[in-house]
Formats: sequence, C-alpha cells, structure tokens
Amino acid sequence: MNKISTIINREYMTRVRKKSFIIMTILAPILMAALIIVPTVFMATQEMDYKKIAVIEDNSDLFRGALKNSGTLEFVYIDNVKVDDLKKTFEQAGYYGILFISSELVNTPNAIQLISKKQPPIADLQYMENMLEKEIEKQKLMAYNIENLDEIMKNVESNVSIQTQKIDDTGLVKETSTGIAMALAYIGGFLMYMLVFMFGSQVMRGVIEEKTSRVVEVIVSSVKPVQLMMGKIIGIALVGLTQFLIWVLLTFAIVGVVRATVLKDKNLTEITRTGPQSLMNEEQQAEVQAQIQQTSPELTEFSKLFESAMNQPWGLIIFSFIFYFITGYLLYASIFAAIGSAVDNETETQQFMLPVTIPIILALMVAMGTMQNPESSLSLWFSIIPLTSPIVMIARIPFGVPAWQLILSMGLMVITFILFVWMAAKIYRTGILMYGKKTSWKEMWKWLRYSG
Amino acid sequence: MALFEARNITKQFGTLYALNNVSISVPEQSIFGLLGPNGAGKTTLIRIINQITGPDSGELFLNGQKLKPEDVTSIGYLPEERGLYKKMKVGEQALYFARLKGLSKAEAMRRLKYWFGKLDMIDWWGKKVEELSKGMQQKVQFVTTVLHEPRLLIFDEPFSGFDPVNTNVIKNEILFLRERGATVILSTHSMGSVEELCDNIALINKAKTILEGKVDDIRMQWAGDEYEIVFEGDVTLPGNGELKVIEKHSEDNKSIIRFKTGSNRNTNQILAEAVSFGRVISFNPALPSMNDIFIRVVETRN
Repeated sequence: MNKISTIINREYMTRVRKKSFIIMTILAPILMAALIIVPTVFMATQEMDYKKIAVIEDNSDLFRGALKNSGTLEFVYIDNVKVDDLKKTFEQAGYYGILFISSELVNTPNAIQLISKKQPPIADLQYMENMLEKEIEKQKLMAYNIENLDEIMKNVESNVSIQTQKIDDTGLVKETSTGIAMALAYIGGFLMYMLVFMFGSQVMRGVIEEKTSRVVEVIVSSVKPVQLMMGKIIGIALVGLTQFLIWVLLTFAIVGVVRATVLKDKNLTEITRTGPQSLMNEEQQAEVQAQIQQTSPELTEFSKLFESAMNQPWGLIIFSFIFYFITGYLLYASIFAAIGSAVDNETETQQFMLPVTIPIILALMVAMGTMQNPESSLSLWFSIIPLTSPIVMIARIPFGVPAWQLILSMGLMVITFILFVWMAAKIYRTGILMYGKKTSWKEMWKWLRYSG
Repeated sequence: MALFEARNITKQFGTLYALNNVSISVPEQSIFGLLGPNGAGKTTLIRIINQITGPDSGELFLNGQKLKPEDVTSIGYLPEERGLYKKMKVGEQALYFARLKGLSKAEAMRRLKYWFGKLDMIDWWGKKVEELSKGMQQKVQFVTTVLHEPRLLIFDEPFSGFDPVNTNVIKNEILFLRERGATVILSTHSMGSVEELCDNIALINKAKTILEGKVDDIRMQWAGDEYEIVFEGDVTLPGNGELKVIEKHSEDNKSIIRFKTGSNRNTNQILAEAVSFGRVISFNPALPSMNDIFIRVVETRN
C-alpha cells in the first residue's frame, strides 16, 4: 500500500507541477465566464446599432403613427416620394431601409416590403410585424364601432411569459428555468466527456511512455504491475479531481461576484423608491417610478435567472458529477491503460481507439439530444448502460431523474468498472513486458486468460 | 552456501519453451555469470528471479528460504534495456526508485549523497534525465540499482554504453560490492569480463543449461591437450614428433610456443620431452578463452 502511494504521489506531482496544468486550471473558468459575458456585451453593443427606416405608404396613410420608435429603430414617414426614386438615394439620406406598405395590407398580409442593402435582423422584423398586426387588429375592431375602444385596448393588452415550476416528491415548489437546466446539461455532459477522455488518454500516454522508455521493467521488479497501473490511474484521477474542484470553486466565486454587484444595484433602486419618497413632489416621484419600471424588468429577470440557477439541486449535481467522473474515468482509464500496455508506440493505438471512442461519441450525441427531450427512452437507456451513462446521466440530472434510475445506473457503473479494472490489469501485466510484436484483439484475449 | 537457487524452472509461452527444467545455484558473495546466446531464455530467467513473471513449474530459494514477494527489497536489478523517466529530474528519480524499494526518504537521501559523490555525479542532481548522455544515464541507473544495498544484485549487460574508463569504474564497483558481501548475477556477452569477474557461470542455450560450474574448472576442462611453453632464446620445436606446434612468436629474446600433444601423455612426460629443446622458463596448460568455449559449446549443441 505504501508503494502505491509513492507511485500516486509521483504521478500526481509531476502532472500538477506542469505549466500546462496550471494554465489550464486557472484559464478555463475565466474562458468559461468570458464565453457567457462576451456575447452579452456583444449583444448590448449591437443594440446601440441605430436604424432609421423610411416608411412609404402606397396611396394611403392607414398606418401613420402605428410604428412607434423603439430604442434602436426610428421610423420616418415620407410622403410624395416614389419608392423607385428613394431606392437609389435612401442610403445617402441615412436610412437603413425602406418599408413599403401597400394599402392592401389590411387584407393581404404580405403586401408589405422592407427594402435594404443588408439582411435585417429577425428581431427588428418581428418588432415591425408585431406593431403592424396590432394596428390592423385595432383598425378591424374599430369597424365594429365599439365605444371607448382605446381604453379597452389598453386594458386587454397583455404580455405572456411562461414561468416554469418543478415540484419534487415532497411537494416543494421550486422555480426553475428550462434554459438553465439545458445549459447545465450541456456543460455537464460536455465537461464529463472532456475530462474522461482527456485524463483517460493521459493514462494511456503514461503507460506507453513507461513501456517505450523501459522504465516499467525497473518498476515491476519493485512493485506488482497492478500496483503500478492502479497508482497511475489513481494519481491521474486526483489530478482531474483537483482541476475540477478548482474549476467549481472559481466558477462559484465569479458567479458570486457578479451576483453581488447586480444585487447591489437592485438594492440601490429599492432605496430610492422607498426612502426619500415623502421629500419628493409628485412629478419627481413619477419620474423615479418610470425609471424603475424601465430598469427593473431586466433586473427581476436577471435575479430570477439567478434564483433559478441557485435552485438547481447543486449538491446532487456535484455529487453525481464526481461519482460519474470517478467511475467513468476508472472504466475508461483502465481500457486506455490496457491499450497502452499492448502497443509499442502511440501510432499503434489507432486500431484499438476506434471501438473505445464510439461509445463516448455516441454518449455525447445522446446527451445533446437529452437537452431537447430529457424523457426519451433513448436517453433513459443510455443513462443506464455503463459505457455511456456517465455523460448521458449528467445531462439528464438537471431535468430531474427518478431515484431508482439513478441508483440502478450507479450500481451498474460500479460493477462494470470493477470488472474492467480487473480485466485491464490482466492484459496490462502481460502487455507491458511484450515488445516488438504487433498486438491484436485476439492476442489480448489470450493474455486475459494467462495465469501468474 | 548458495545464496540463491533456482530448481527445475520451466516456463512456456504457448507451445514454445523459454526455460526447460533449468537449475542454477549461486554461492554467497560470489559473481555468477549467466551466459547464453540471444533468445536462450536468460531474460526470462532474470524476470522470474525478479518475480516480474512466475514460472510454470519449479522453485526459487533465497538464502535457503522460498522466494517471497517481499524479497524484492533484497534484490537489485539493472535491466538490459535501461529505463528512466526522461522528463524527470535525476535526483527526484533516484529518490523515487529508492522509495519504491522500501527505503525511507531520509535514508535514501543519505545513501544517494554517498553514491553521487563517489561516482562524481553531484552536478547532475537537478538535471533532467534527457539532458544527460547515455553513459551518464547508465551511471544513474547503476546507482538506483545498488542503492538499497540488496543481498542479490542482477546486472544485465552492465557495461554496454560505457567508455573504457567508466567500464573500469563500474567493474571495480561490482568487485567492491562483492567484497562488502553482495552476491551478483551477471548476464553479459562480453566474455572478457566474465573471465575477469565471474567465479561461476551457467550457460543456457535453447531453454536448457548446457554448461555449469566454476570458471577456472571449466577452462581447465576445456583446455584439452594444448599447452603453452616459454623458452629462453630462439627455440624451434620439430614439426613432426608428438608435439604439434599451433602458434609461435618471439619477444624479448624468448620464444612463446603453443602446441598440442597426443591425449595419452601426462604433463611430466611432455615437460621431459620439452626440456630437451632448450631452457624452459614456464610451462602451462593453455586455457581456452571463455569466448572459445562459448562458441564451441553452443555450436556443437546446434
């Protein structure tokens, strides 16, 4: 046992001290955060992209004033200009495009054109369509001569956004977000794939290094081959866990900082709302009120997302992730170790790698499908079958998994990894001392049955 | 008394015999040469002694006791194909191997300092192995092999890759280790060093022991009817009689002659005949080199 710990120590220390490890460990969470922040910033700056659109109506002014300016769109109604003339000059005049509305629009939904040099963003189109649809509805309603129509319209106006809630077995209601669950499934599944593959193949490279440099013969004259193999596998597993835990801590730290700054802003607005209210006159109050209304929808949305993210079963997710990482890694690392022991150099690994890669890739594909449909029977089976379960189950957990499935999957995983480690040890023992012979699957099967 | 003994060792790979009923006995505090052509089964036997693989049948004894897994700490092994972690620092690596052999960190450090000083290697401590030359790497490996002061040392081709100066250094170290009580199994193709170092040998060919015993006895045994005689001045033996000259050369006013006689004569009779040709300075049975014996034995067997 003492010797195994010596081996584990070497495997661990030589890797943790590498520059590439240190850089990866610190950089990855920052990159991850950047991946989230950069698109947000990008989108924010894009919104500043201000568009002026010329609106021409064909012999009517049914829609005059219907298109209200938004933060990024300004509509300018132009009379007495032919569309064909404007087509040539609109760019010089500073317009993004021309919205040409036919008087037939009320009855013919596609009697409208947006002429521009660039493909307009879908959001802008939706905005315009929305406005015009409302206007048409309003005009059609007006034909019924309803009294106080404007008031009624204001009254019925609504904006629907579905909020999802998940009930657990105890009936506890938690606000959740499918978006967050999807993100977690994606990140979890992909991270698992990366870690298992990355550290699994590190085991293989380590074994090949020892075999080609012939260090192995010196070591197995001091320790049993199984001890060397397990020492290497465990040492590298600890490297992986160290990296993962640092990632988790750093990510939570970054999230914590972001959350703290956002909440501070929110508190500030709350103070201005409740605090010096009495000192303000009505006008000022209205102004503040308007300001809050402008800013708070985004804020509440943001804090809701946070709340939803915090409501995820983090304990279960992290526990399962570590469990599946350890067992899945042990399973694949032992296969990789056996392959490494059977070959003389890295190029020879190709023929053995394919059958190992297939279940991993398959698992990743199913995991991606799981995000669309977590309840599919494909996802269910792949999350129970040991070779694919680490990746698929991790993708399923944020959506909620029945306890029996989790227990079955974990149980099978434990049994399988023990079996694989045992088989790998037998192949490894023979393989590492075998040189110059091209190994086949048949040969490995023979080694499996050697004794002593 | 034998420090190490292997009795009736057999090891098969599929239908091929790597070792077929091989026995060796290594006396304590001696150097034992394990000889044989390539592919004879030497490496397999060494691996079995190191308990890297197990024999199909047969028994191994260390110091009269059956060989146990814990005995790896009493054995030091320098494999023919040297292996060190290329990217690891020399000192760290030596320490690692010492720890694997069961030495405490403090003890390992103490001994490493001694050996690194003795073999003039102190400057290499913080270097990576890949920065060293092949001979330097060999030296590091030699130190890691002997560091835990094992009772039984197994050297597989210990001199390959060394220049003559370092070969001599290592030879002296091996003799010094024997002096201090170690027993050595030496597997080598360099027959010169066998004559120089070994007390006993076993020659394995095609999975079987074909020659075994003390080096001196074996050479005497294979001497046959060849003698070497040295005369004062220029002496010529007649080419016809009982004495057949094989080789003659002169130096410093002496004639050195190797000759062969009929097998039915003893040394007294031969000497009596020889003195009639001139003044004899020395007379010896001409011992064949281990190289000759090796080739003759292996070739007749084939």
